[in-house]
Amino acid sequence: MVLHAEGLHKRFGATRALDGAGLCLRAGEIHALMGQNGAGKSTLIKLLTGVETPDAGSVALDGRPIAPATPLDAQRAGISTVYQEVNLCPNLSVAENLYAGRYPRRFGMIDWRRVRDGARALLAELHLDLDVDRPLSSCPVAIQQMVAIARALGVSARVLILDEPTSSLDEGEVAELFAVMRRLRERGMAILFVTHFLDQVYAVSDRITVLRNGGLVGEYLPADLPQAALVRAMVGREVALAGARDPGAGVAADAPVVVEACGLGRRGSLHPVDLRIRAGEVLALGGLLGSGRTELARLLFGLDRASAGELRIDGRRAELHHPADAVARGLGLCPEERKTEGIVAGLSVRENIVLALQARLGWRRALPRARQAQMAEHYVAVLGIRTADIETPVGALSGGNQQKVVLARWLATQPKLLILDEPTRGIDIAAKQEIMAEVVRLAREGMAVLFISAEIDELTRLGDRIAVLRERRLAGELPGGSDGQQVLELIAGQAG
Amino acid sequence: MSQATALAAGPSLLRRALSHPLSWPLLALALLLLGNGLFNPGFLALEWRDGRLYGNLVDIANRAAPLILVSLGMTLVIAVRGLDISVGAVLAIAATVAAWTIARTTAGGQAGLAPLLLAIAAAMGAALLCGLWNGLLVVKVGMQPIIATLILMVAGRGIAQLVSDGQILTIYYAPYAFLGGGFLLGLPFALFVVVGVFVALRLLLDRTALGLFVRAIGHNPLAAHVAGVRARAITLSLYVFSGFCAGLAGLLVSSNVASADANNAGQLLELDAILAVALGGTALAGGRFSLAGSVIGALIIQTLTTTIYAAGVPPQVNLVVKAVLVLAVLLLQSPEFRARLRALATRRTGRPA
Repeated sequence: MVLHAEGLHKRFGATRALDGAGLCLRAGEIHALMGQNGAGKSTLIKLLTGVETPDAGSVALDGRPIAPATPLDAQRAGISTVYQEVNLCPNLSVAENLYAGRYPRRFGMIDWRRVRDGARALLAELHLDLDVDRPLSSCPVAIQQMVAIARALGVSARVLILDEPTSSLDEGEVAELFAVMRRLRERGMAILFVTHFLDQVYAVSDRITVLRNGGLVGEYLPADLPQAALVRAMVGREVALAGARDPGAGVAADAPVVVEACGLGRRGSLHPVDLRIRAGEVLALGGLLGSGRTELARLLFGLDRASAGELRIDGRRAELHHPADAVARGLGLCPEERKTEGIVAGLSVRENIVLALQARLGWRRALPRARQAQMAEHYVAVLGIRTADIETPVGALSGGNQQKVVLARWLATQPKLLILDEPTRGIDIAAKQEIMAEVVRLAREGMAVLFISAEIDELTRLGDRIAVLRERRLAGELPGGSDGQQVLELIAGQAG
Repeated sequence: MSQATALAAGPSLLRRALSHPLSWPLLALALLLLGNGLFNPGFLALEWRDGRLYGNLVDIANRAAPLILVSLGMTLVIAVRGLDISVGAVLAIAATVAAWTIARTTAGGQAGLAPLLLAIAAAMGAALLCGLWNGLLVVKVGMQPIIATLILMVAGRGIAQLVSDGQILTIYYAPYAFLGGGFLLGLPFALFVVVGVFVALRLLLDRTALGLFVRAIGHNPLAAHVAGVRARAITLSLYVFSGFCAGLAGLLVSSNVASADANNAGQLLELDAILAVALGGTALAGGRFSLAGSVIGALIIQTLTTTIYAAGVPPQVNLVVKAVLVLAVLLLQSPEFRARLRALATRRTGRPA
């Protein structure tokens, strides 16, 4: 046993974040830490890494009690962490990032030769071959993640904590990350792996610890805990893996085409694409990271200008120069980057919900305050947004609830077509199911939906049709309810 | 310890009042005025004479009028993550354009109100153009606001000198003096200009959706853009508005001294305006702003200036004294600093002797 924590309690004001949680990590294992948003995963990690100190409880490393007061303490003790948002310096080189804060010195000056050689050696351990002088920002997110891990390894870690490392990686990159994790496991390292992706848990972990409401639910072996049981342990009740449409309940062929793209493309980002979406239809759009998914969404919504082809909305040619043009024509977009492009963290839930509708009405026709409140209350109730009240700043809400607020913002405009770019990324399973169920319900009422997702089971479960992008062009289309394997082959480009 | 408990048990009304964002700037202003009143009993006196209101308070408000106007424009620019450091130069341009126009139109000995209206139109037109230039550099060219407006801050004085031909233009035209020196209903006319702009602005921001849009852009410009807010158009018009405010201030200043000095009119005004905005509790990172706060901030600055003159501080050191007072006011308003002071006080008194 490398790390043993038990009876951890932590309160933040009136909120009881941890209530007797515990954790056992053994050498040479990958240990998944599971729980919904608010279950206490982040708090537990903060206690282990010295970001916060526990109110009660104990942590022991190699049998010796430790009480890290700062992240540096924890690192020196042998606990290293890679956070969800890569917290390196994008403007520095790879080598500088690996050694920042602990540069080797020679005659009082930084010994750059040792920095570079050491960086290469560290990356080689992870079987990574890259130019260590490149600025980090020029590397893909996946590589940045690996660099973050390499940095964590640099300080002779016994325990490595990976907080949602896969949320911005595509399938191939996830596989690479898992290979690295397995290699580290063989070296006897204990790895704590936090994720929202259930299939990844089963793919890589040796043991699972489940937290709920700040308490420990239990520790399991993956073989003893089928997926449904895991979900039940996390949520505390049955959750229907819902959202599934009745197979065969396809959209009537005479349903009006809401949006049609004819050869729509943009030089350097997307080859011309033909696409039609009918009223009441969910078009699921899949593809690897960088396949052009987000680029297509941006073109359809006027965030980028098309350089080729044309876009028709309700049969009429539409030139979109600004998202406001798209909004005026009844389009909505929940962007992939919730924090930077979605929510306005400093504004209240009410203000966030009315923002798009108000933008469409223009600045002169202000929505009366009572009407705004009524609308906000309505969507808070319908989508089950958990917030103290509608005047709470959105930044204070959990990720899943923030995403619901962005969804509510667009529903309030009653769009003809709603584009959802990875709406379920990084949010917990219950919120995910609620959002997907709501999307399906709205489609049944006649709204067209373009549902972009990296998760194949979401594509097959939700889509009336499934379109797949590969290398910035449309690779093909499959009917709804297609086999996941078929979709995967189309995404990866193995099929003919 | 006893003090802390007394504070905790104190009336919740007081606490609520203190938690209002404007309470600390107001408190700072009140303290300054009261301090003056203590050392100089006549300081707070108001007197009604010859159908006009006289007194230091009226003087402070009147002298602060140009700064208040410029601060209002600055507040909104800062609210959308911008900055306008050209306001002093724009003020000088408006002032010299007004003086130049009056000189040209009254040359033939012709009087009447036509020169006044022409001067106002020309000066405000020039100021609006300046604002438009700043806005285009920021929004269309994509320059950093501080650099974009630095251009006009430097070049603007040159433009003003071109207009004035390097001279200080003196204005010999009585109607123009009314703007910055006249009285209406016993109060300086400049105060009516300030109140008019303030009320119009509040109505515009509160009764329309502009207030929401400005805050959304300030907090997260990208998300506002995606939500369909015309963020660039709004940002552009706020720079134009800042130019408008600087132009109005230029009219008041040149009217008040019956001349226009291209080099010195509005000198360092941009820094006072930023300070007034900061004192008023507007977040310099954008998003959260308070127009009323900026008005109070500008009044604090003018009160400081008046205080220093009234106290007879030697002119060589008055900037240092002002800086110290500004620092004290800023610290008083900082919640972090107050929390530290409180912690220090409770530790001192709580520790066994």
